[in-house]
Amino acid sequence: MSDTQSSPDKSTLLQLSSSDAYQRWRLLKDKLVAQAVVIGGLSIIAAILVIFFYLLYVVYPLLIASHAESVSSYAAPEPAMGSTVLLSMEEQNEIGVRFTDTGKAIFFSVADGRVIKVDNLPVPDGLQISSFSHGGVDQGVIGLGLSDGRALVVRHDYKVSYPDNKRLITPSIQYPLGTDPLVLDANHQAITQLTLKLGDKNNSFLAKTADNRLLLITLSKKQSLFDDDVSWDRTDALLDMTSGDVDFMLIDKEFRNAYLANHSGDLTVLDINDKAQPVIKHKLNVMNRGARISSMEFLNGDLSLLIGDSSGELGQWTIVRDKQNHHSVQKLRSFKVSDAPLITINPEQRRKGLLVADANGVIGIYNTTAEREAIKEKIGSSKPLAATLSPRANALLLQTEDGQIHHWKVDNEHPEISWKSLWGKVWYESYAEPAYIWQSSAASNDFEPKMSLTPLLFGTLKASFYAMLVAIPLALCGAVYTGYFMAPSVRQYIKPGIEIMGALPTVILGFLAGLWLAPFVEIHLTGIFTLLMLVPLGVMIFAYFWQSLPKVWRNHVPEGWHAIVLVPVVMFFTWLSFVIGPYIDTLCFGGDLRIWMREEFGLGYDQRNTLVVGLAMGFAVIPMVFSIAEDAIFSVPKHLTTGSLALGATPWQTLAKVVILTASPGIFSAVMIGLGRAVGETMIVLMATGNTPVMDISIFQGLRTLSANIAVEMPESEVDSTHYRVLFLAALVLFMFTFIVNSLAELVRQNLRQKYSSL
Amino acid sequence: MIKAWFKSGSPWIWLTAGAVSINLLLVVGLLFLIAARGLGHFWPADIVEYHYQDKSGQASVIIGEEVDQSLLHEAQAIAAGHEVLNNAEYLLRLLVKTGNRDILGTDFRWIQDQYIQSRSTPDDLVVIERREWGNFYGRLLTVKQDGAVIAEGEQAWQTAQEKLATDLELFDEIEQLQDKQLGAINYNLEHLRLKQRALELKNQWNDSKRQEFAAQKLAYEQDYKVIQEKLAQLNKQIKCCSIVVAEAGGKQITIPLNRVVKMIRPNEMGLLDKSIEYIVNFGQFISEDPREANTEGGIFPAIFGTVMMVMLMAVIVTPLGVIAAVYLREYAKQGFVTRIIRIAVNNLAGVPSIVYGVFGLGFFVYILGGSIDRLFYPEAAPAPVFGTPGLMWASLTLALLTLPVVIVATEEGLSRIPKSIREGSLALGATKAETLWRTVLPMASPAIMTGLILAVARAAGEVAPLMLVGVVKLAPTLPLDGNFPYLHLDRKFMHLGFHIYDVGFQSPNVEAARPLVYATSLLLVMVIVGLNMFAIAIRNNLREKYRALEN
Repeated sequence: MSDTQSSPDKSTLLQLSSSDAYQRWRLLKDKLVAQAVVIGGLSIIAAILVIFFYLLYVVYPLLIASHAESVSSYAAPEPAMGSTVLLSMEEQNEIGVRFTDTGKAIFFSVADGRVIKVDNLPVPDGLQISSFSHGGVDQGVIGLGLSDGRALVVRHDYKVSYPDNKRLITPSIQYPLGTDPLVLDANHQAITQLTLKLGDKNNSFLAKTADNRLLLITLSKKQSLFDDDVSWDRTDALLDMTSGDVDFMLIDKEFRNAYLANHSGDLTVLDINDKAQPVIKHKLNVMNRGARISSMEFLNGDLSLLIGDSSGELGQWTIVRDKQNHHSVQKLRSFKVSDAPLITINPEQRRKGLLVADANGVIGIYNTTAEREAIKEKIGSSKPLAATLSPRANALLLQTEDGQIHHWKVDNEHPEISWKSLWGKVWYESYAEPAYIWQSSAASNDFEPKMSLTPLLFGTLKASFYAMLVAIPLALCGAVYTGYFMAPSVRQYIKPGIEIMGALPTVILGFLAGLWLAPFVEIHLTGIFTLLMLVPLGVMIFAYFWQSLPKVWRNHVPEGWHAIVLVPVVMFFTWLSFVIGPYIDTLCFGGDLRIWMREEFGLGYDQRNTLVVGLAMGFAVIPMVFSIAEDAIFSVPKHLTTGSLALGATPWQTLAKVVILTASPGIFSAVMIGLGRAVGETMIVLMATGNTPVMDISIFQGLRTLSANIAVEMPESEVDSTHYRVLFLAALVLFMFTFIVNSLAELVRQNLRQKYSSL
Repeated sequence: MIKAWFKSGSPWIWLTAGAVSINLLLVVGLLFLIAARGLGHFWPADIVEYHYQDKSGQASVIIGEEVDQSLLHEAQAIAAGHEVLNNAEYLLRLLVKTGNRDILGTDFRWIQDQYIQSRSTPDDLVVIERREWGNFYGRLLTVKQDGAVIAEGEQAWQTAQEKLATDLELFDEIEQLQDKQLGAINYNLEHLRLKQRALELKNQWNDSKRQEFAAQKLAYEQDYKVIQEKLAQLNKQIKCCSIVVAEAGGKQITIPLNRVVKMIRPNEMGLLDKSIEYIVNFGQFISEDPREANTEGGIFPAIFGTVMMVMLMAVIVTPLGVIAAVYLREYAKQGFVTRIIRIAVNNLAGVPSIVYGVFGLGFFVYILGGSIDRLFYPEAAPAPVFGTPGLMWASLTLALLTLPVVIVATEEGLSRIPKSIREGSLALGATKAETLWRTVLPMASPAIMTGLILAVARAAGEVAPLMLVGVVKLAPTLPLDGNFPYLHLDRKFMHLGFHIYDVGFQSPNVEAARPLVYATSLLLVMVIVGLNMFAIAIRNNLREKYRALEN
């Protein structure tokens, strides 16, 4: 015992068996290795599961429902200072502001209603505030119409500073047009309705006076070339509105259109490009069934109107230009919020969403693009007076008539995604009709993201379809010949030769497709189509002449060498196709096939089109399909074929009736795996298509696939944004597709292997 | 007769044979295409002087090298708005690389053969490779030093070459000082700042540390000053000489010699000279840094990055793949679990590579990398260290992607080892682990090698996932350098495949860069096809060996 411990490595077998400690160590080692290997093996399953669940984890927030919860409610601060006409809050949801009908701005803490600061707006003595309006919720601009025909413009603003590394927000009131009220009506009539918009170059006011006149006043900035002096050019216009009563007025931020409406539903759209002479562009009634308009606001971006009515329905209306360049006002969609009148609408500041409240205190948060109701809750017990969504749309304040302010937290991260917005046709703002569109981002904040995966899926399937169209005949025919007819001495070189094709980096195939093949195909389009017909025909003709050759000649070529003999034949006919291509062009298509197609059928031609992708990606898929199918055909048991041949079947009959039938599951799985490859291929489609996400069935148009889209947009996508998650969703779709296809193929193959082993 | 022939099935057999021929031709044709275009890039082609008179009758002289031809059929040519003289059936157009981008605006020009009055290849035409604006084609007139002409006429060429040689030496010296020494100082200063920040975060920043750090900083700054003075002097020296050249139209321009990389006169070179030049060019191509937004110069950083990434990946993927294969072959009971694992392996192989990229970006970079940053590099915040795409994450992602390749190849190797060998070992009293370690794995090592080579070949050509997890078009520093810790796993790197994509599709001057892309492609294809052939050769060799063992 003692001497085995001293030299355990050099022990003899006999000594080993008698050494307890060393034996135990060996057995322990054996067990440890076994366990490590098992863990290692199972980690493969873990890897695939981690990929799947991670993708799902990122996508999951898109699927969960939004919700809102009450945080606090308190009495409105300084109730003695008048009733609230407008509520607002700043970016960080710390400070809210309440504007009152007596001209006070009361800043308070959103959390508990504590008053932070009270500002008196400089309303001249003896005057009343006769109207009140906001100039776009995202700008914080507020207009006060006064009883002598003047108006005051104020803006609530917040400065953020970090004294002692703690955030401090200081609210203030600013006067973009000065503290002196601006004279809107020279007749000094009280302003009963007001709307305004401030811009970089223009400021516009639309005012209704007590004697029912409608005034459009525009101040245009005139900057002197030499110094920083700013002077204003004023343009006045009196609107000729015969209908008289106007209850809602809006001006868009581009200063192109003004929208006027009254309670009974008459909507008038004015073209105010010429500020001195506004023109009525559209006039229509937007209400039905006797409903009355109860509120009207712009959606973020000022392109569409949100109109709430007394029946609790909220409609989105916008000016649409159709294919004949004809403009009309159209209802894009509507939401049934409740049965009570919708009294306040508050658009989100950065998305196409909105908060709406009805007379009973039911609030709803909607997204127009997704046509989705994110949240519906009942707040308070009496009629709402004012409501506001925070700039990040993650909190809301609502004041009810009993003087309570309700503070709610809103969790609504990805409202723009719904099943319909991802896969269905969506009627986007300013589009003539509902459409499938992918256009994920633009420079401006009020861009409506168009995230329909349908055009990308369509592009993926289209590219794969043409790739398979090229690959399947070449790969399967090749596999049949190589696996069944080819002489072994040739096969041992041909098979790896074709398989090496599969090792070529797709970036090189993509590069050649984009920079060499695409221009080549463009010039030799007719030649390509001639090639498709001429080469099979040429092979047949050659075969016919071959069998009529004297036997002595034919015997020079051993059986199973056909493919080598055919190489020069294929080369000759390929060359011939490109030589006669131009003649066919001149003869049939008046010189150029592309021009002919455009003139005859209106078919456009993109240089980087589906034909090029089909050829290049087909090339990439061939080796994989070929290799698996050839394996399946080659491993068909020999006694089956010899039996068939012995019974008098020709080699071709044996192939068609015995070999292919037996190997068909293998061939099926080859095609499936090839399809999986084509669907997920990235570099070729990225480089050989124009990457335009169009849904066009034509083979001469470009496309964009799911995979290329990820490659293009992922690096620019902001982490955890909706766009980021949608790209992950695209990846998940690809993963699922290839998972199903590959699993199916592998199951089929495993069964086939068992069948062969039993044969 | 024909009917009987069809009935015999023989035409169909011929058709399937035709498919094989087409496949073969496709492979060979593709390789030939890449080779033909890629190899031509390094050849110093003759410079031709064309006397040209186009449709408008304007006579001009064009100097350049012919790079491409295109035959346009008469009808197509007329449709494209060209006139075709002499009732020719085809319009022959030549693509001429005229260089002189600073004067002409483009590097290339299509000219029509029918308008060429005469062409010649005079010996005195020079090609000047410049650091910016691409090549210059024309004639050398004089050499100037500090503004005074020191050589002209026949001597100019000799003098210019001599001056250029000294300038290139100076240039290397400046490069060395700037990149290596100043780079190292900057790196150390940054390191010092991070150390200080780390101490501050731990509340260990005190006066003694402050003094120590200030002293170090001062030392670095003094070094910096010395190097900068040296640099200023060298920069003055290098700017002394310039050459005056005349372009095709006779316009004279002055090129400072420090902006010149190389001057040759290809027309006076013999075949031997050109062959030597060819080899030199190829050497420079694989050993130099890229210039002008990657469209000129070499591809060394891309080769280096690819090799680094692939090596790291190999280190990760080999143990994992081998263990999984050993489990499947040696340990697992063949049944439900192995079936599931095989499906998982197949799925790993079939999942689109871009999905790996997305996964790598989200999981490795943001989750793993973000956690590492929070735990170990709080001082660097808000700048990410590992929480941004980089070499390590790229290697890890590709390791996952190539795992199935290693598993499949290893499994196949294991399955070919005769049972008798294992049984013999076990019968002698070895445990299963010992049998595995001492007999099975050594015998399977060529198969593992095969798997590894195939994995490397696959990884070297993969681009899509790398675009998301760490590859950039131009990395300022290599992932391996002389600054501690030498191997910088967090750095971004360049990659051959991405280089092809980037230069071919994203560069401002695709036409000029095209030969370079072909050359890069050729290099990549050669490496990958070579690796694959090597792997196949090992595998075949192995099969033979085991067949001998079985008998």
